Amino acid sequence: MQSMLAEYLPILIFLGIAVAVAGAAIGASFIVARQNPDPEKLSPYECGFDAFDDARRRFDVRFYLVALLFIIFDLEVAFLFPWAITLGDTGMFGFWSMTLFLFVLTVGFAYEWRKGALEWD
Amino acid sequence: MADFWSGYALPTAIIVAQILAIVLPLLLAVAYLTYAERKVIASMQMRRGPNVVGPFGLLQPIADGVKLLFKETIIPAGANRVVFVAAPMITFTLSLVAWAVIPFGEGIVLADINVGILYLFAISSLGVYGVVMAGWASNSKYPFLGALRSAAQMVSYEVSIGFVMVTVLLCVGSLNLSDIVNAQRTIWFAVPLLPMFVIFFISALAETNRAPFDLPESESELVAGYFSEYSSMTFALFFLGEYANMILMSASTTILFLGGWLPPLDIAPFNWIPGPIWFGAKIALVLFGFLWVRATFPRYRYDQLMRLGWKVFLPFTLFWLMVTAGVLVAFDWLPK
Repeated sequence: MQSMLAEYLPILIFLGIAVAVAGAAIGASFIVARQNPDPEKLSPYECGFDAFDDARRRFDVRFYLVALLFIIFDLEVAFLFPWAITLGDTGMFGFWSMTLFLFVLTVGFAYEWRKGALEWD
Repeated sequence: MADFWSGYALPTAIIVAQILAIVLPLLLAVAYLTYAERKVIASMQMRRGPNVVGPFGLLQPIADGVKLLFKETIIPAGANRVVFVAAPMITFTLSLVAWAVIPFGEGIVLADINVGILYLFAISSLGVYGVVMAGWASNSKYPFLGALRSAAQMVSYEVSIGFVMVTVLLCVGSLNLSDIVNAQRTIWFAVPLLPMFVIFFISALAETNRAPFDLPESESELVAGYFSEYSSMTFALFFLGEYANMILMSASTTILFLGGWLPPLDIAPFNWIPGPIWFGAKIALVLFGFLWVRATFPRYRYDQLMRLGWKVFLPFTLFWLMVTAGVLVAFDWLPK
């Protein structure tokens, strides 16, 4: 256990260094560059107009649909990772079990498709 | 005290030195990737490209970096300041830390963890946070729309990338990246898994928001997409992060399909050249593919992009995954 965690120590240090580099870059720019804010500069960019309203408004529900579909399929991929590694041991039984699972998922996918959840027009 | 030095300080110093040995060449590679991009595309369009700063314009990326450093950092009045500054830092940080598990040669890897490919997959999934946070925190319409598009696009193609990775894992039987490379000693996976290689390359273009899938920053409609409101170093970090991600995706392609650090043929003149050089050369080749595609193809429409991701790549990769598994099981070729 100890040695397994030790393998991740370089990643933790790497994370620290990467954050430090990013912070240093932004900090250095704040120090060396002259900051001269002005209401026109700080207004949201809208091709020369003043902003009409708040930008955080309603948006198309299809983006939610894509996110939902993504969660389903990404979970599926998460199931497939261990399956792919151990298929040599589980053999035929493992293969047909996963085929059944994927078949159920494919039925759901076909339903989404027929319902037009994947249409962007 | 001596125990402290030999037990903690020295190993930590070695790790830090190794990390710097990855990060500094990587940042230099990013700088010269931007130069290469401008030169390659210029040549394809019969132009000269940057040629003023330094010999052949070689100092152009340095000049660009210094210029950005001396620009004013603008944080829009309506923006959420903390999230606004954190977003580019996240994008940049993620694009760097993924390199911790990349094997540059036989045993030349910072953290040889046994779930390397899962780590890569997880880090590239997190990349979407930087984009969404930037778009939301800017409180401006173009970044908001750009971030939405970008997020939907990145998650769509991530699914097919996941399936492609699983197909490769079937042939390897390990999640460790060095094992994946070593499994390709007889033949590179690009040959038996050619369709998956092509899909992985195209998905990599979409995942890194590159042309012809650069809709999140399609300048003709969304100005610069999710980083429209960014300037100075905050912009530079996005830029560096994106290009580091491009190199990372090329490295993943090389490891998964092009035999990583292995020479093309294991015979005399080829195996004299050290592994890291082969690895770098293959990455450069894939990156050239990225640039070539950008110079050649027109941009996709958003509905075409989503159609390709969900209705073509997803069913096809799923199908091909099961075909590969079926063949491997039926002929008993699975790695034990």
